[in-house]
Amino acid sequence: MYTGIGASAGIGIGNVVIIKEQTLEYTAKTVVDTDAEIARINQAIEEFSAKTQAMAEDIKQRLGEKEAEILEGQLLMVMDPSLTSEMETLIKTGQCAEAALEAVCDMFIQVFSMAEDELTRQRATDIHDIKTRVLKILLGIEEVDISAVPAGTVLVARDLTPSMTAGINRENVVGIMTEVGGKTSHSAILARALEIPAVLSIDGIVSKVENGQHVIVDGTNGEVFVAPTKEQVETYSEKRKNFLEEKKALAKFIGQATMTADGKKVELVANIGTPEEATKVLECDGEGVGLFRTEFLFMDRTNIPTEEEQFEAYKKAAIILKGKPVIIRTLDVGGDKEIPYLGLETEENPFLGYRAVRFCLDREDIYRPQLRALLRASAFGEIRIMVPLVTCVDELTSVKALVKELMEELDKEGIPYNKDIQIGVMIETPAASLIADLLAKEASFFSIGTNDLTQYTMAVDRGNAKVAYLYSAYNPAVLRSIKRVIECGKAEGIMVGMCGEAASDPMLIPLLISFGLDEFSVSATSVLATRKAISQYTKEEADAIADGAMKLSTEKEVAEYLKANIK
Amino acid sequence: MVSEKITIRNEQGLHMRPAGVFAKAMTKYNCDVTIVYNGNRTNGKSLLNIIGACIKCGAEIEIECNGADENEALKEAIELIESGLGE
Repeated sequence: MYTGIGASAGIGIGNVVIIKEQTLEYTAKTVVDTDAEIARINQAIEEFSAKTQAMAEDIKQRLGEKEAEILEGQLLMVMDPSLTSEMETLIKTGQCAEAALEAVCDMFIQVFSMAEDELTRQRATDIHDIKTRVLKILLGIEEVDISAVPAGTVLVARDLTPSMTAGINRENVVGIMTEVGGKTSHSAILARALEIPAVLSIDGIVSKVENGQHVIVDGTNGEVFVAPTKEQVETYSEKRKNFLEEKKALAKFIGQATMTADGKKVELVANIGTPEEATKVLECDGEGVGLFRTEFLFMDRTNIPTEEEQFEAYKKAAIILKGKPVIIRTLDVGGDKEIPYLGLETEENPFLGYRAVRFCLDREDIYRPQLRALLRASAFGEIRIMVPLVTCVDELTSVKALVKELMEELDKEGIPYNKDIQIGVMIETPAASLIADLLAKEASFFSIGTNDLTQYTMAVDRGNAKVAYLYSAYNPAVLRSIKRVIECGKAEGIMVGMCGEAASDPMLIPLLISFGLDEFSVSATSVLATRKAISQYTKEEADAIADGAMKLSTEKEVAEYLKANIK
Repeated sequence: MVSEKITIRNEQGLHMRPAGVFAKAMTKYNCDVTIVYNGNRTNGKSLLNIIGACIKCGAEIEIECNGADENEALKEAIELIESGLGE
């Protein structure tokens, strides 16, 4: 078995077709008629552009605008005047078109490959693709026609260039394996759009397989089996069947209301980290955003983002979600996160230290612009403010007082905002859970962050392998805490949601239904599976499961019991 | 020569699409267009050079235009960046 990056989910079983990189050898010669040579390269580039344009059109028809962007980008790159003018300069010194093309492209490949950010590094692949294809045109070499591979093909290549991927036909290709590329590379994006299982970045895979060899590609787990045993083929055929059935079953839940088997509606929203991900929430049929982490705005930069920058980001998410709720968590930083310009000291106990709302209330120079940006953005959609790591009521009342002050400021400046903006609490500490009855009188909503709540309740560092076994939401202590928070919220009539991983855990969903959770916030890709899981139970059935679970006294018993009662 | 400083607001910085929009718009002017970022000078009409400059979100850059139609070019450059370069 070989492992790589699972870039497109699903199982593919088929026969290897290796896409060899053709050797593009030529003898560099000195050119005398430089004008003719310049005409030659220009003609080759024109031919390249025409072919690429046609491929982009085809992709747009078959898959969509977004998938065609890579090829359209190549068109823009090849038209760059600095590319053509540098090649012309080299040709004028007597170099042939091939050598000039290689020299100029290699220069850009080198610059792009050294970049820190992945987006720029990906552009090196584009230039490499341009170089290879223009060279082929110059040398009169036919391109490999991937669209003609036989049915049941697993493509194996060092890298799939955008132009190669463009020729892939999903009727024939059942899997993809490459030696380079990550989850966001163009081959990954196209493989997902085509719904072809793909494992990328498998070390030296091209030399480890032979044409025609039988292989299994597990794009979900990033594993590949070459010449599998009969048992493996059987196991994976079964897995493949299940995967496809599950996918089909989930498709039925697209556009449906989220409700229990007896028709009680709940809210099913998603967690995001950037405004762009709001688009993904809609694609995955989420009903809003239950947790928008704002840390991304502060990371990978050298200064604090301005109010204006933050406003634009929050506004963007609000607009994309068109009036659906968007719960935005204010800055959640501490000594364990690297934001050098905030000047946070390394602490002995960063998780118990100067972080989140404690930091923000102390550093109003940072908090005020964020709250102002949130208020201003609230004029463009249903934005709600969530305060992280609350442990006492005064933290919440202080934030509310600050918001009130900022509202008065905005009134004076005549800037619009939602006067009834909701301010809620993220319940993630045992203290917040214990005073949930008091917090519920001050908060507009609760959202239970089960990841941190589990860590703080069990007093366990999940990164420490020696004690990580304690890190489980099935612990009776954690379940009691969750139940209490929901009850306290209900007693004051406020919405109670959950934004940790537990909200999409099929074992916990019946318990959460029974406790009366109003809102489930999950990763965008889990929306449909969670909607399906919720639809399996009536309130009565969920109550029966919860009654049983709450009588058990160990994590192991709870886990086994819940697993046995899953529907 | 005219110049102006501006901050890049595009989420992923000046990557392919916004850089393409910028370069294409600048090509129609006769004046030289230079992006100064972190002390490096980049040809503002070249998509490839802009990508290579790795200009991230939040970066403050200076646009320099030098030539007969420098004022028009600078005006459009600033307006384009402020409007988010088509994003």
